[in-house]
Amino acid sequence: MGLPAFELVVAEHGPVVLRVCRAVVGPHDAEDAWSETFLAAFAAYPRLRPDSDVRGWLVTIAHRKAVDRIRATARAPMPVDALPESTASDAEAVEPDSELWEALAALPPKQRGAVVYHYVAGLRYAEVGGLLETSEAAARRAAADGIASLRSTLGRKGQL
Amino acid sequence: MSTPRHDRLVDSLCSAEAAADGGTMASLHSRLVDQAAAEGLLDVAYRTLDSTLGSLLLAATPAGLLRVAYPSEGHDRVLADLAARVSPRLLHAPARLDVAAREIEEYLARRRRHFDVTLDLQLAHGFRRVVLAHLREIDYGATASYKAVAAAAGRPKAVRAVGTACATNPVPIVVPCHRVLRSDGTLGGYAGGIEAKRGLLALESAIERPATRELGSPTPPTGEILTES
Repeated sequence: MGLPAFELVVAEHGPVVLRVCRAVVGPHDAEDAWSETFLAAFAAYPRLRPDSDVRGWLVTIAHRKAVDRIRATARAPMPVDALPESTASDAEAVEPDSELWEALAALPPKQRGAVVYHYVAGLRYAEVGGLLETSEAAARRAAADGIASLRSTLGRKGQL
Repeated sequence: MSTPRHDRLVDSLCSAEAAADGGTMASLHSRLVDQAAAEGLLDVAYRTLDSTLGSLLLAATPAGLLRVAYPSEGHDRVLADLAARVSPRLLHAPARLDVAAREIEEYLARRRRHFDVTLDLQLAHGFRRVVLAHLREIDYGATASYKAVAAAAGRPKAVRAVGTACATNPVPIVVPCHRVLRSDGTLGGYAGGIEAKRGLLALESAIERPATRELGSPTPPTGEILTES
C-alpha cells in the first residue's frame, strides 16, 4: 500500500511532535514550531517513501525548523548549540510539566537534545546522533548525563 | 547500563500522548488546514455527515466533490483508497465541504431536487464516466433501466458495464445511480445497500407508484434515456 492519508499522520504523531516542540523551543513558541513542522511535512509528504519511519521524519523536520528559528533570531554558531535558552519564565509555564520543561531548558543543548529526541520523541540513539551531528555513543552518553542531571535537579525540588 | 528503564522521570518524558490536550491539537489542526489550503497544498478535504442513510463520508478536491461514501464501504478504506488514487495530502476539513453537505441534507429532507455542487469525476474513467453523465439526465422522481442507460450512452449492449458504472459511482446520491433499475422493475444493486436505494426512491416518491414498472415514471420523461426500447 501507499502512504496513509496525512490526517492519520497528524492524529498519530501530532501530540508527540508538539511535546518535542515544547521541549526544544519552549512552551511559548511550541505551537508555531509545530505548525511550521507540519506544513513543511504536508508539502513534502507525497515524496516520502511509504516504509519510512514517519515519526523520525517529523522530528527531523521539527529539529531543522528549531535550528532555523534560532539562527534567524540569534547568532548561533552550531546547530547543536542553537537550542534555545530557558523559557521557564513564559506565561504558559503553568502547564503541569512546567518543572520538567524548566529543568530540561537548563540542560546543556546537546544533553537536552539527546534526552528529548530519545525519551520524548522515541528515536533510537543512532538517529539522535544523526540529528545532533554526533555519534550514537556520544548521543547515548549525553542522554544518560542529561537524565542524571534532571534527576538531580528535580529530586532537589522534591519532584522525584 | 545501570540506568533504570522505568522510573517516574523517564515515564513523564515518555508520556507524550497523554500530555497533549485535545483543544490545542484541534486548533493546530485547523491552522494546518488553513495554511495548507492557502498554499494550494490541500489536495483532498473530507468530512462526515450524519444522515438518515447513516454516516456519509464526503471528500472534495479544489476542483469539486470527489466522493460520497456510505458507511458500508468503510470510511477508513475509502480514505486509504483516496490517499492512494488521488493524493495522500488529505485532511479532515469540514468547512470545505459545506456546500455539498448542505445540498445533500436538503435533498434528504426533500427540500432539494437538483444538485448544484461542482463535481470532480476524476475517479471515473472512460465509459463509466460517460454513463455518469447520462445518469445525471434522469430526473428527480424518475427511473431508467440499465438497458436504457446503455442505449443512451451509445453502447446498447453494454448493460453489464452500466451496472458496473453504477456500482462504482464515486458520488452516489449526487449522481443518481439509485434511479437505475432492472428492466423487470426490480431494484438491482446499490453500493449503499438495497435499503438505501429503496429509501432514496421512496424519498423521491418514485417507488411506490405503479407506473415504476414501466420505467416511464410518473412524471413525463424528458430524455430519450427514459424510454426503454
